[in-house]
Amino acid sequence: MDHYKLRVTKNRLTQFLVYLALFSALVPLFSILSEVIRKGFSTINFDFFVKPTPTVGEARGGVANAIQGTLITIGFASIIGVPIGLMSGIFLSEYGESKLSVAVRFLHDVLSGVPSIVIGVFAYALITRSIGFSVTAAAFALAIIMIPIVARTTEEALKLVPMSIREAAIALGIPRWKTTITVVLSGAKKAIATGILLSIARIAGESAPVLVSMGYWRWWFAGLDRPAANLALNVFIFAMSPFENWIALAWGSALVLILVVLGISVTARVFTRERY
Amino acid sequence: MASKFEIQGLNAWFGLKHVLKSINMKIEKNAVTAIIGPSGCGKTTFIRCLNRMHEITPGARVSGKVLFNGIDIYDNGVDPVIIRRKIGMVFQKPNPFPMMSIYDNVAAGLKLNGVRDKKILDAAVRRSLELANLWDEVKEDLNKSGASLSGGQQQRLCIARALAVEPEVILMDEPCSALDPIATAKIEALIRKLAENYTVVIVTHNMQQAARVSDYTAFLYLGELIEYGLTKQVFENPKHELTERYLTGEFG
Amino acid sequence: MKISQKISPFIRNLNIKSILQLKKHFKGDDIFKLVSALFASSIFLLLGLMVYELVKGSWLSIQTFGLNFIVGTTWDPAVSRIFGVLPLILGTLVTSAIALLIGVPISLGVGLALSEYAPKKFGVAVSFLVELLAAVPSVIYGLWGIFVLIPFLRDHVYPYLKAVFGFIPLFSGPIYGGGVLTGGIVLAIMIIPTVSAVMRDLFLAVPNSQREAMIALGATKWETVKTVISYARSGVIGAVILGLGRAVGETMAITMVIGNRFQVWPSSLFDAWYTMAAIIANELLEATYDLYISALINVGLILLFVTLIINILARLIVWRTLRLTRGIARE
Repeated sequence: MDHYKLRVTKNRLTQFLVYLALFSALVPLFSILSEVIRKGFSTINFDFFVKPTPTVGEARGGVANAIQGTLITIGFASIIGVPIGLMSGIFLSEYGESKLSVAVRFLHDVLSGVPSIVIGVFAYALITRSIGFSVTAAAFALAIIMIPIVARTTEEALKLVPMSIREAAIALGIPRWKTTITVVLSGAKKAIATGILLSIARIAGESAPVLVSMGYWRWWFAGLDRPAANLALNVFIFAMSPFENWIALAWGSALVLILVVLGISVTARVFTRERY
Repeated sequence: MASKFEIQGLNAWFGLKHVLKSINMKIEKNAVTAIIGPSGCGKTTFIRCLNRMHEITPGARVSGKVLFNGIDIYDNGVDPVIIRRKIGMVFQKPNPFPMMSIYDNVAAGLKLNGVRDKKILDAAVRRSLELANLWDEVKEDLNKSGASLSGGQQQRLCIARALAVEPEVILMDEPCSALDPIATAKIEALIRKLAENYTVVIVTHNMQQAARVSDYTAFLYLGELIEYGLTKQVFENPKHELTERYLTGEFG
Repeated sequence: MKISQKISPFIRNLNIKSILQLKKHFKGDDIFKLVSALFASSIFLLLGLMVYELVKGSWLSIQTFGLNFIVGTTWDPAVSRIFGVLPLILGTLVTSAIALLIGVPISLGVGLALSEYAPKKFGVAVSFLVELLAAVPSVIYGLWGIFVLIPFLRDHVYPYLKAVFGFIPLFSGPIYGGGVLTGGIVLAIMIIPTVSAVMRDLFLAVPNSQREAMIALGATKWETVKTVISYARSGVIGAVILGLGRAVGETMAITMVIGNRFQVWPSSLFDAWYTMAAIIANELLEATYDLYISALINVGLILLFVTLIINILARLIVWRTLRLTRGIARE
């Protein structure tokens, strides 16, 4: 019976360890969320959303310019990234078995594993060195990050549309390409929109590629060939600074970022669960 | 002759669904007992209650007594882990461990119980594979994956695996339904041989198989035990009208 | 080629009749297929261009230093203008190794908890929370790292570590809160969500018949779980490599806590150090002359190369195990 007791003990011990692991994984999550909410909340006031970055001496200030800059940069990135990702996703789902599709999917997977700092360096080498630190360069980098996400979610969304819908349209004499653009796409539009939102949430949080392709900017938007302020990058710059008011702004910006990013992610997950 | 199992007032549920209704039955030692009945009558649930496998499904519940060698296996102090070593099970679809070799598959149960000595393991593996009529076919390839065999061979491997821990009982849940006729015949012959030293309980939807292979037969319908007795008697002179209708193919 | 064959007769007979004929030949489907294929193929152009630009940008550095860049231990942009990245490679490897040492066992535990131990509804809710963690931006991990984790480690953990293990050089240096170990811990926290989600999915994919076979032999829960892990083991390895890839490429969070000090080897786990990703983020904007810029782009090239290998390896292994699992289940 000794060996039996050993087995029973091992069983209880490992059960305990498993739950301990779960607990230790969740503790940082709760710590991060509660600290960001606590410290960020005390910073946020009306000024926060209305005033631009304060100078070193200035007491108050806000991140209005960062919100503006981030929206413009993300918008520009989406204009480039979403159509490419969308069409790629459509191609992958409609002609999914071809050799080209297999290669494209593999390369999308490869691209999604490339660190965002490297993508930033790519944008730096290609664009920043010609037109300078700019929204264009950052948008380019962010678009590259978006493309595999949009392509993958679009492909999966289109695959979920039942064959019967396509067959019904084709039986009515509608050519295949029109079927895809009208019937199938509209059937999948919610899922596709969710995928696009997820990719936006992702790039809203990216700061490394923005740092090296656009750099830090303290003022309002000044043109696509100039830099713009960025919320995520500000968190980095302000957190590493020695100024109290900037550090407070870092927490406030972090709160806004987390609300937006997690808000979109949660909505997206809730939506995809609805299907089952 | 004391019975191997005495089942008293066994009830089983899946959530709110009452699947076994107050079963009272005996299962005799060193004999083959067949459980027959139409689909959904509770045969698989019944057999899974005999080695406490029914309760691992979330929401599953059991009440009543199952006396094994005189002791209620559902008693509070009893650890199912120990019960399941004495009462082995073979499943409908063969489920060898594909990431283990044939040798390791058979030795799996022994290793669980702390057996490390290679000589003992070698002997046990050989004995079990011989008992399962598989030794000659695999003795050259003991290191091949457990999944590399044909369906019938895989099932015999699973039987060997169950035999290696030296159980007293072997439960078989439709062991041949995934196999071709030749493999089935081999397993049926094996079952007759096993009955010499083990108590075998076999669930089958194939009446002819039950007639061929078993000493006793129990007929279940909608969760109730309708009839139980010597196979010869149940098939030739069924006491209950339902049994007769089932045997003549009226339903199920 | 189909299309050029259709175009040449058209060019020869430019009239309305031909235009109408052309419309019949050019099916909408063909155009659509071509257009979408072109968009999809842009990935080839993008990746090719990326490699090209990174190599082009690194060329000056490659010409100047050759392989000495990888084994060199001097990084002196100010005076001698010599660049070598061995300490950065070591820093990246060591912090990633710490991340795996801490993160993999925890991820394994979480994956098992969510697939084998937790009751259904609880498991779904907790999975959801863990996946949320994966969406938190890197800078926020860094912000939390600077203002919450570092003070905590500095005041409540490291002093005890030093007291107990101080006889080992690794644990004997001055404590300021950040540094190598802190960097490894932050990386571990960052890879846990992704790695445990993959592991959970791998374990859920193991057929139940395997568990039942073990249970029927008289196995305890842990013994059954060991069989599940064994069944999914190549996938588990793939998931670990995936985590490694993420740790190696991580930039903002690590640069915010590791101290960013270029040195060949840190004096202890509590000492500051540097990684490849961190140096690019910190210095590319300060780089004022061509060789400096080229050296930093060269670091980016090396980083790209390393993560490409890691990720291809991981995906090959995970794909193979998922195919294996499905193959067995089909029999």
